Amino acid sequence: MSNINDSNSNLISPGEVKPASLELETVRKRLSEAKGPKFWRTLEELADQPAFGELLEREFPRHATEWVDPVSRRNFLKLAGASMALAGLAGCTRQPLEQILPYVRQPEQLIPGKPIFYATAMPFHGHVLPLVVETHEFRPTKVEGNPQHTASLGATDLFAQASILDLYDPDRSNYVTHLGEGRPWGECALALQSEVAALKATQGTGLRFLTGAMSSPTFGWQMKAVQRAFPQSKWHRWDPVNRDNARAGSKLAFGAYYDAVYKLEAAAVVVSLDADFLSGSWFPGFVRCARDFMRGRKLDKDRTMNRLYVAESSPSTTGAKADHRLVLRPSEVDSVARALAAKVGVAAQGGRLNEDQQKWVDAVAADLMDHKGKCVVVPGEFQSPAVHALAHAMNAALGNVGQTVAYIDPVEVDPVEHGQSIRELVDDMNAGKVRTLVILGGNPVFNAPVDLGFENALGKVALRVQLSIYKNETTDLMHWHVPENHYLEGWSDGHAYDGTASVIQPMIMPLYEGRNVHEFLAIFTPDESGTPQTGVSSHDLVQTYWKTQHPTADFEAWWRRTVHDGFVADSAAPARQVSAKLASLPAPAVANPNAIEVAFRPDPTIYDGSFINNAWLQETPKPLSRNTWDNVAMVSPAMAAVWKLNQVSDDNDHQSDAQRILEVEFQGRKVEVPYWPQPGHPDNAITLFLGYGQRKAGRVGSGTGYDAYKVRPSEAQYIGSGATITVSKDKYWDLAITQGHFSMDAREPVRVATLEDFIQNKLDGENFADRVRGEAPNDRPGKPESLYPDFRDKGFYQNYAWGMSIDLNSCVGCQACAVACQAENNISVVGKEQVQRGREMQWIRIDAYYEGSPANPNVYFQPVPCMQCENAPCEPVCPVGATIHSTEGLNDMVYNRCVGTRYCSNNCPYKVRRFNFFLFADYETPSLKLGRNPDVTVRSRGVMEKCTYCIQRITQARIASEKEERQIRDGEIKTACQQVCPTEAIIFGDINNKDSAVSKRKNSPREYQLLAELNTRPRTTYLAAVRNPNPKLESGSEKAEKA
Amino acid sequence: MATLGQIDVRPPKGVRPPIIGPGQTFGTVTDRIAGIVLTKHTPVFWILVVALCLAIFGMFNTAVGYLLFKGVGIWGINIPVGWGFAIVNFVWWIGIGHAGTLISAILLLFKQGWRTSINRFAEAMTIFAVMQAGLFPLLHTGRPWLAAYWLFPIPLTMGVWPQFRSPLIWDVFAVSTYFTVSFLFWGIGLIPDFANLRDSAKTLVVRRIYGMLAMGWRGSARHWNRYETAYMLLAGLATPLVLSVHSVVSLDFAVSVVPGWHTTFFPPYFVAGAIYSGFAMVLMLAIPFRYLYGMQDFITLRHLQNCGKLMLATGQIVAYSYAMEMFIGWYSNDRYELAMVNNRLHGPYSHYYYMLILCNILIPQSLWFNSIRSTPWRLFVVSVVVNTGMWLERFVIVVMSLQRDYIPTSWGMYWYTKWDMMIFVGTWGFFTLLFFIFIRVMPPISIFEMRSLLPQAKVKE
Repeated sequence: MSNINDSNSNLISPGEVKPASLELETVRKRLSEAKGPKFWRTLEELADQPAFGELLEREFPRHATEWVDPVSRRNFLKLAGASMALAGLAGCTRQPLEQILPYVRQPEQLIPGKPIFYATAMPFHGHVLPLVVETHEFRPTKVEGNPQHTASLGATDLFAQASILDLYDPDRSNYVTHLGEGRPWGECALALQSEVAALKATQGTGLRFLTGAMSSPTFGWQMKAVQRAFPQSKWHRWDPVNRDNARAGSKLAFGAYYDAVYKLEAAAVVVSLDADFLSGSWFPGFVRCARDFMRGRKLDKDRTMNRLYVAESSPSTTGAKADHRLVLRPSEVDSVARALAAKVGVAAQGGRLNEDQQKWVDAVAADLMDHKGKCVVVPGEFQSPAVHALAHAMNAALGNVGQTVAYIDPVEVDPVEHGQSIRELVDDMNAGKVRTLVILGGNPVFNAPVDLGFENALGKVALRVQLSIYKNETTDLMHWHVPENHYLEGWSDGHAYDGTASVIQPMIMPLYEGRNVHEFLAIFTPDESGTPQTGVSSHDLVQTYWKTQHPTADFEAWWRRTVHDGFVADSAAPARQVSAKLASLPAPAVANPNAIEVAFRPDPTIYDGSFINNAWLQETPKPLSRNTWDNVAMVSPAMAAVWKLNQVSDDNDHQSDAQRILEVEFQGRKVEVPYWPQPGHPDNAITLFLGYGQRKAGRVGSGTGYDAYKVRPSEAQYIGSGATITVSKDKYWDLAITQGHFSMDAREPVRVATLEDFIQNKLDGENFADRVRGEAPNDRPGKPESLYPDFRDKGFYQNYAWGMSIDLNSCVGCQACAVACQAENNISVVGKEQVQRGREMQWIRIDAYYEGSPANPNVYFQPVPCMQCENAPCEPVCPVGATIHSTEGLNDMVYNRCVGTRYCSNNCPYKVRRFNFFLFADYETPSLKLGRNPDVTVRSRGVMEKCTYCIQRITQARIASEKEERQIRDGEIKTACQQVCPTEAIIFGDINNKDSAVSKRKNSPREYQLLAELNTRPRTTYLAAVRNPNPKLESGSEKAEKA
Repeated sequence: MATLGQIDVRPPKGVRPPIIGPGQTFGTVTDRIAGIVLTKHTPVFWILVVALCLAIFGMFNTAVGYLLFKGVGIWGINIPVGWGFAIVNFVWWIGIGHAGTLISAILLLFKQGWRTSINRFAEAMTIFAVMQAGLFPLLHTGRPWLAAYWLFPIPLTMGVWPQFRSPLIWDVFAVSTYFTVSFLFWGIGLIPDFANLRDSAKTLVVRRIYGMLAMGWRGSARHWNRYETAYMLLAGLATPLVLSVHSVVSLDFAVSVVPGWHTTFFPPYFVAGAIYSGFAMVLMLAIPFRYLYGMQDFITLRHLQNCGKLMLATGQIVAYSYAMEMFIGWYSNDRYELAMVNNRLHGPYSHYYYMLILCNILIPQSLWFNSIRSTPWRLFVVSVVVNTGMWLERFVIVVMSLQRDYIPTSWGMYWYTKWDMMIFVGTWGFFTLLFFIFIRVMPPISIFEMRSLLPQAKVKE
């Protein structure tokens, strides 16, 4: 309050002096009561009144002029001290003491500069993703998986990686609002309390809650309390991407809701019926499924591989990894499922298939029958309940239950069918039965099924309250809006996909005036005396719940162990005994083969719109279309020809593709979409991606993409038929694409083989390893024929020699590594326009190559980080020596020295270098500064950057090892990309150590260098992709080529 | 003084035009040329041109200022095309400068007397062209305020030397040497003429200024002796520069691994191209100059014809280089070289390649015809075409090679932005501004060397 710096400000000019209302006596009394060395810094502070100066002036009129002189502070103090000596304040001639607070007692375990890791979990629409979060000085900066948790095994998906940025998003809602105007929390609490009191009288009639799928047992327990307190209240669920089909399918097959838990490592044959279990966490257990599935394709111990058949409609990364892929329109998957079921012994009316589809089904059925008990049929989340039921029945008939699939009680708390739930709510709202609607999370005004008219129905609700992390479209119609805390800011809990319970502990105090969902819900659960609880902390709530679950004397120890580990030990849900009966399978919907089918899918990086304002995810390219900052509408290349639109052609190097716009009309509603010719997409169908097109999405997300929810009705949430598509004449949509060319031409960046080749050790007539490595033996690493000294021979790399191996078999293109790298290395986001110019900054990119016919190509993903070449072409051309070679083999980038001539980027044949064309890093926004990794420089304008093999992690490990006087252990350093990769596709380590994991990988016959013929001697090498085709079945690509 | 009609008439077949117009004396030569400088009446066209150039120069400064303020992203460059207009323009301007040095130094050593009327302004053209060129390697860096001194081996850089294996550092040495030697050569050549102007000056101020520039030249035998020695020495120094400077600039590309850059024949290819465009620029300057100032007696048809012949000769070398580039690309059977050839012929920028062939190979074949070589305006048109072609050549080399290289997923496109264009056009304006100022304040033709062409100057050895 007082000015501490300027001595001048202690002096009050005579003009400012107000009439004295202060008694000297009072001041002296106050001083005499002062305890301890409480010196006053300024007289204002002491006197609490500016008039004191005037008082002094009156005391010492002769010296009044001295105070105007800025130099005479000392004199002033002397004078004042002299006068105050009478008041008992002695020795007032020194500089007043100012208390600073040293870190005398450091917070527990904090060593500034060393990160601390805490286990927690991220709630994701009905289950949680187990995490370990790295914090620097009590700020979470990086998310990793929890290595001890079965649902993670150390890896995460891209949404968990990007969730850190959401915590620090400057566009988060900061404060409570009432009808759009800021209000203090107390006011809101009062208002809610009075509402609760009013509702008590009617037993909660008219009180409705709307949430997404919740897996938090504490929340469930709280809800039960709410329902006890208000028996007439109802809890509705709505997630735009929900598990309704799975629920309904489970009910059809088993008569009750069950969740399927897949154990893919035990499966030799996996059949996916439009199931995308290799993309992201919308498939519960994705991380574990990907890991387990890829265990069967490592080819490191023996020469066996599992086999993946995928019958899918919209292309997905799972289809990309398939050994055999069948392209179907969305409704045709049902027929194929029925036919397949009939062939494996399930009593089902076979669907009508064409010749190719029948051949496919026959081969797949034969393979399944050959591997009874060691196979699995996985139904797609977005397929009809019938397909789910059929899959369950098939698994039962094949003896897979208990081997490759198990059924557990649903992980979601009190599961219901969301479509029905929200329809009920809207009907009740329209009937005027809803008095108070509490929306906890979500954005129903934006993403509720459009035919329900949620927005209009809302108008009939008397009191609408929203708890949400962002102010979104729903906020506009709410009375009260309360900011929701991020999951890293509060206590909660949840179940992973297999039922394992985790306690979610916060990493940071809430940044804004938000409330945790438990704290908020507590208002509606009056305590024993009937008072609504407005001040309960989420910690107490969660702990109270778990006390009821573990009411033993050692609860404290158990609690600490649970919070420390990140999960409740042995809490995986037990497998239930189920039997599948397909009594009442609904008849298949007969789809008009000429009508255009619509598939609604969550966007690969924005999901259902939850991440619309997450800049990292906006700028992460979608795995198959490689575009950013927009959603596209996928159609098949053949349809593009019909409409006379341009194809994905070889001349298409354009980074910003001006795409024609399609107007899609579905059930009377229209939306304009940028069309995208996607190889492998079924004909007569269109895939619309959800989540974009939000109007109120912060500075990052607003204005991106189209709103697919505008045409998404409640009875065709994932699959619909009967859309009409018109091509708009002159309008174009500028997309920001990071990859303009999808074929390999005559080059072979990805080496491909079949399992047969691998076993026979012969590829294209040559020795397998030689052919994979390159045409000439000279391409092999080892003694090169070169005029330059061989650094390896000369013993240059004495101690460690870092290397990396990337298994192209395992990479599923999920982009988790790209987002992890961005989080770990403070990589800037450049925005759509700059991506259009070709200036995206991600250090690792995942190239997608299509090979074969456009109707059903083979797709390969290739992550490309810096190759860290031993003969790096970038090093000799830098005029200032800003990129140099270390004794451990790294190509080090010296940001300070770089003047930005960009010669190194021109000379890099892999084009892994990224340049800061502008000042892309946000130096200003305060909240973003919190989330940066302090171990990595934030690069400025004009500086080149690239993957560094996470040198900050290498250095940390080296320091630790040197302190302990030992070598760095294999596996001690995990690069960010390696750590999060669900399939362990990336391995990093010391190649001088023959026993390290990376050395063993590099000894594989599948190993090759990218562009080995350039003699760059890259340290990052690849393992060739090996497919395991069924010899009785041609691949879809071959067949389509013949056609 | 012969009129335009007389001196620019093509002589009959077999007769070559004179090097200098008939009827000239020491006095007329001196007065005519010095008159351009010493006149009180600046021609109106000069004022108009300079005004326009100042405006363009202002635009240039705005663009440079914005570049330094915002960053190099205001241009069209990206990953993979890290070099765009800036480097194309750099090589183009440096190439243009080569003709001046060739005329001054090499033609001197070959004792070609006809060089005397064009060498002065050609040297000035070289210096101004190198000045334009030198701007780009600095401005195109991400941090020019550091590049300005970190690229030089001076003891101000925290003890870190430049990285000498980099062709960009070789460029620094080559271009700065080139500028220094050219400037010295030009400066020394001007001394006797400055003395002449000093002696003919009408006002005191002018006399003092030229007096300082003349450095006490008396025209004594001793002075002339020293002068000739110095001139010969500098010619000897400058001659290898004609070949080395652009070779070094070409190594910027040849040393890299990019297909389309990674070729050993770049040095001679670039040097030939440099001389090609240099002579085109000499003609582009000489033809309007001789017309506007009535210098047809001094820059005669003979000079134009000779320049045309040199252009034709170097043009054939350039054409041969293009053919070899494509042939070796195909003959190598290397998949990346083949792809590069394919990209030139069928890629997204292939129309630039075809324009290049038209401008650099096909149209200049008209120089075989004396009627083209001997008609100033036709020669001017061909020169403009050649200069355009040479710019396109650098565009094809820089942008088309970078645009598509090894990994197909990294292929990208490049397009210039208005800032690219403003800086490019700005250098034209800056260059023309400097040139016109030069014409006004210094004798654009070497007076004393012209006098040595007259029969009166022949001295028996």
